[in-house]
Amino acid sequence: MPTARLSVRRGTANDREPRYDDFVVPFEDGATVLDGLVWVRTHRDPSLAIRYSCISANVCKECTIVIDGRVAYACTTRLRADATMVLDPLPGKRHLRDLVSETRPPREQLD
Amino acid sequence: MTRLDTDVLIVGAGGAGMYAALAAARAGAERVLLADKSLVGRGGATIMAQMTVAAALAEESPDDPQLHLADTLAAGRGLCIEPLAAALCEEAPARIREMEEWRVGWARRPAGTIAQVTAPGHSRPRCCYVDFLNTGPAVAATLRRQVSGVAAIRRVGNLAVTDLVTADGAVIGAVALDTAGGEPVTIAAKATIIATGGLTRLYRRSSASANMGGDGYALALAAGAELVDMEFVQFFPIGHLAPRLVGMDPIMWDPFRYKLGGRLLDGAGNEFLATYGSDEAGTYTTPRDLATYAITREVAAGRGSPHGGVYLSFEHVAHDALEAAFGPVVERLARHGIDLTQKAVEVSPIAHYHMGGIAVDETMATTVPGLFAAGEAAGGANGANRLSGNAIPEALVFGERAGRTAAAFAEARGAAPWPRGAEASAVARIERLATGQAGAIAPAVRLDELRDLMQEEVGPFRNAAGLARALERLKAMRDELDGLAIAPGRVCNPGLVDWFELRGSLAAAEAVAAAALARRESRGAHQRDDFPETDPTWARNQRVRTAADGTIAAARGP
Repeated sequence: MPTARLSVRRGTANDREPRYDDFVVPFEDGATVLDGLVWVRTHRDPSLAIRYSCISANVCKECTIVIDGRVAYACTTRLRADATMVLDPLPGKRHLRDLVSETRPPREQLD
Repeated sequence: MTRLDTDVLIVGAGGAGMYAALAAARAGAERVLLADKSLVGRGGATIMAQMTVAAALAEESPDDPQLHLADTLAAGRGLCIEPLAAALCEEAPARIREMEEWRVGWARRPAGTIAQVTAPGHSRPRCCYVDFLNTGPAVAATLRRQVSGVAAIRRVGNLAVTDLVTADGAVIGAVALDTAGGEPVTIAAKATIIATGGLTRLYRRSSASANMGGDGYALALAAGAELVDMEFVQFFPIGHLAPRLVGMDPIMWDPFRYKLGGRLLDGAGNEFLATYGSDEAGTYTTPRDLATYAITREVAAGRGSPHGGVYLSFEHVAHDALEAAFGPVVERLARHGIDLTQKAVEVSPIAHYHMGGIAVDETMATTVPGLFAAGEAAGGANGANRLSGNAIPEALVFGERAGRTAAAFAEARGAAPWPRGAEASAVARIERLATGQAGAIAPAVRLDELRDLMQEEVGPFRNAAGLARALERLKAMRDELDGLAIAPGRVCNPGLVDWFELRGSLAAAEAVAAAALARRESRGAHQRDDFPETDPTWARNQRVRTAADGTIAAARGP
């Protein structure tokens, strides 16, 4: 079965050095980066923190991350067979954990 | 620990929750807390709806809310709780016109009238929309704008309510998990509205947001409230199956069908709906429950398409007609390699909406003082089968009623008492789980398994043996909760969030399975292989509640 490789930024803002974990995920035609991340959470590492809501309808925009250096939606970016994609949290936002950054509008935060 | 204090707490910030917040503030509540475990106005079902909204506006042809009600009751197969259905139909026009004042942008005819189409099950053109396939996002954006302009409404995202807090049999607030920081939060509330949507995320194939796992039902049950009609999960018959399509709602094909016609074909290219007593003759009038039945039967008989559905074909429609009806959408489909004039797509039933929910009266009050429900989370208006286009009016109309009622309740109640330690067990659980839990299996794995279990045994077709298997497995999964693996950590700990989601999902799933097992007949969205006929003596609603021993049980109402 064809696969794709995701190199995913891990850890919190407290870590001194950025750390990346590589995951090999199943690839099929049309599969997305979000499909790969959800597969990792179920089958490899349930502690991987990601943000998503609408699951590939692309209406909630919660899954916005950096994919190979460019800001993109995980749910509409296709996986590439036999390639490694590097995933980072959004720049310019407070990093919380793994691929999650503080994307709540300031007025929608607890304090 | 953060302690919040509010007049009206609203759990869930989708269409119903946002409207409830507006209505509560409008009715005089000075402090409204609108909390969502996702982001405010980004999750839930409303934003996913690419289709139509039913309201007897009479813009295109004569119409009346009573005619809308008659269609709603007919679709509901004798089970709609009529005062709720009537409220939905009677107040829909005012809510829809108000949305227009708020510049939602309903599609209009060249003559200037709001365009209304005839969606399946409606006796006349009644369903308006925002082009192109943008109804839900436009409604959600409009409500977000309105909510953000009201000073009395405090919005908080990533706040997942884990428990309602009760005292003397009444709800006095909630304990929540701040999922970003991993800390417990207590919320004292004079009135609480559950607007968490439905439970379609329990199924393998669904059109739901990630946060539609039925947690609001679990909260209500645990607080002592009753649920109604839990066995009725609507499967949308022609959910997109193949080729893979992203960035589109999987139920997007419906308006294509009723604007352009669209033929459902079996794997060999033959029309089959007539075999099931629905001869569409080029129209699109087959109700959702019957279409789901026909498609599932065809697939089971080995006559399906390669991916296990049937074909939806527009090959007979000219490219110009497609372009005129769907403009930029045709272009988006082309980018996915789909040319409807050349090749049929594959579709199959997909969990889409839950008719059942928290039992409420016409004011949206539940059976527990201080607790209200709105939108899809509230059950009863749609009976055994929801009429197309009724979900967004339900969100807005019930949201309005719930917000208004809850504000009045809060004012009459004054300060709700908060007995010392009322929050203690719920807070302690969050604290304990945040330190991690030892186990071999993660909650995420069980959530994944749950979706297959529900799809297989508690899907559109059920029988006693499968439902019993499901109930047994659900109970075992519930017993296992304290032994599931959670990595320690507070900040954005997904294991912690998964655990609470699983706990809620299991209770909601058990409620569906228990009600489905008890209903020994077939009606609307509930089809039993072992009881294929509709039984007139079953023309009544079932209530579900938690018994003293913790089991979730269904009982037939009058």
